[in-house]
Amino acid sequence: MEVTHQVLQQLVNGISLGSIYALIALGYTMIYGIIKLINFAHGDIYMVGAYIGFFAITQAHLSIVPALIISFVVTGILGMVVEKLAYKPLRHAPRISVLITAIGVSFFLEYTSMYFVSPTPRTFPAIFGDVAIEIGGIVINGQQMLILGITTILMIVLTYIVHRTKTGKAMRAASFDTETAQLMGIDSDRIISITFGIGSALAAVAGVLVGVYYNSIDPLMGIMPGLKAFVAAVLGGIGILPGAVVGGLILGIVEAFVSGFVSSTFRDAAAFAILILVLLFKPTGLFGKNTKEKV
Amino acid sequence: MGKMLELKDLNVYYDAIHAIKGISLEVNQGEIVTLIGANGAGKSTTLRTISGLLKPKSGTITFEGKDIAGSKAHEIVRNGISQVPEGRRIFAEMSVMENLDLGAFTRKDKDGIKADVKHVFELFPRLEERKNQIAGTLSGGEQQMLAMGRALMSRPRLLLLDEPSMGLAPLLIKEIFNIIVDINKAGTTVLLVEQNANMALSIANRAYVLETGRITLAGDAKELAASEEVRKAYLGG
Ligand SMILES: Nc1ncnc2c1ncn2[C@@H]1O[C@H](COP(=O)(O)OP(=O)(O)OP(=O)(O)O)[C@@H](O)[C@H]1O
Ligand SMILES: [Mg+2]
Repeated sequence: MEVTHQVLQQLVNGISLGSIYALIALGYTMIYGIIKLINFAHGDIYMVGAYIGFFAITQAHLSIVPALIISFVVTGILGMVVEKLAYKPLRHAPRISVLITAIGVSFFLEYTSMYFVSPTPRTFPAIFGDVAIEIGGIVINGQQMLILGITTILMIVLTYIVHRTKTGKAMRAASFDTETAQLMGIDSDRIISITFGIGSALAAVAGVLVGVYYNSIDPLMGIMPGLKAFVAAVLGGIGILPGAVVGGLILGIVEAFVSGFVSSTFRDAAAFAILILVLLFKPTGLFGKNTKEKV
Repeated sequence: MGKMLELKDLNVYYDAIHAIKGISLEVNQGEIVTLIGANGAGKSTTLRTISGLLKPKSGTITFEGKDIAGSKAHEIVRNGISQVPEGRRIFAEMSVMENLDLGAFTRKDKDGIKADVKHVFELFPRLEERKNQIAGTLSGGEQQMLAMGRALMSRPRLLLLDEPSMGLAPLLIKEIFNIIVDINKAGTTVLLVEQNANMALSIANRAYVLETGRITLAGDAKELAASEEVRKAYLGG
């Protein structure tokens, strides 16, 4: 009884953490899908999102939902600006140049942030700290409810956009075959920009939610979750949206179990063990088709 | 019959490779014009340049009196030129209907789009039977039909076709070429790239022969089909 109870409790913790990885992984995978770039700056975009949320709450005295919306919008625009300035000029450059640029953008965001907000971690105000529900001894606290609620809504909206709207169809077409998409009259530059916008906005929400969950943010907070979300995207099959969600959830759950039943020291190692296993046994990821290679 | 498309002294490069070496050609309204030539002659490069996927280094491309050489690919579709690319390039993970919808991406007239889907299904009844099927599971011939139907969905005035016969059985090639003639009769001007010179010359009004980036012969399709040079080089004697 005690063990089942603990397992379920870790499952709740894992799904909460995993939802956050999923939100970040979605941006990774969307951006990869459309320009085949591992956007190493994605974790730092998430960090900027967390700070925007932090200042919206502490300086502008907004409540969490308006803060999330502001962070979503502003970070989304930032993502589009980064794409326009850093990646768009390299559209026809070799992939390695773009990759190196992404690493440069990552450092730029980290150290510019340090300059403006100082490297000292900030304490995120407690939100929903005293709310919790208990089902059969398993506790779901207020922050976890917030995380689960917000990620569920965002995923439903994203699925709707990608599958039902004209822009979503254009996104899918362009990530399948950019050239042919252009022959349909799709402005691929615009679609790439929108993709960066949406991906960055989702990461920003994840950043704010992490601030709420762990109460602390700092300019280098994006490095580890960025890498882990990358692992999640690879685990699910990079370029595949449901893959990013499932990959993120699995990663979150594995981490919760490792820290709950083994030791939190090994938590980070678990993610990279998963990466190695995926690359060894199914490099295309859980949802990846081996035949997807383009001609 | 006015000049619809005119290429003048067009030069196209892939980095250092000079793929198109100063070609000039024209397509008049209502015609079927074919561009034939061996592997690597530069046929696809020519079509891709007209569609704006490649930028010419020099020369002009005039469509209905407007210089389009500097336009982007997605704008050129809006101007009325649509392409069926080599190898079909259908969106394999989407359904037949979704592919057709993407073909109509430039349009907003819902009723007109509906009518055109119906028209495409009349041209290619096999597509209607498979409208909810994932396009990647269609046969090669059906994929070619889908690529053509998709290109028609933007209501082009000029249709560019890049080797529609590629990889198809002779009977199916005949069917496809009959449909090209029908499309043309219904008012769409056609620029057809082919390696199957026999078939192409049989339906075209005029033809150009492309050899390693240069046009070496041009003229009436029937006359070219009868000429010694073309017969030897492209029609197997
Ligand atoms: N992406 C590319 N990069 C470099 N060179 C290219 C590229 N695409 C084509 N070429 C070269 O340009 C020349 C013309 O190629 P193109 O594809 O236009 O020929 P084609 O007439 O369409 O041939 P095919 O009948 O085989 O389709 C060839 O020498 C080819 O090697
Ligand atoms: Mg070709």
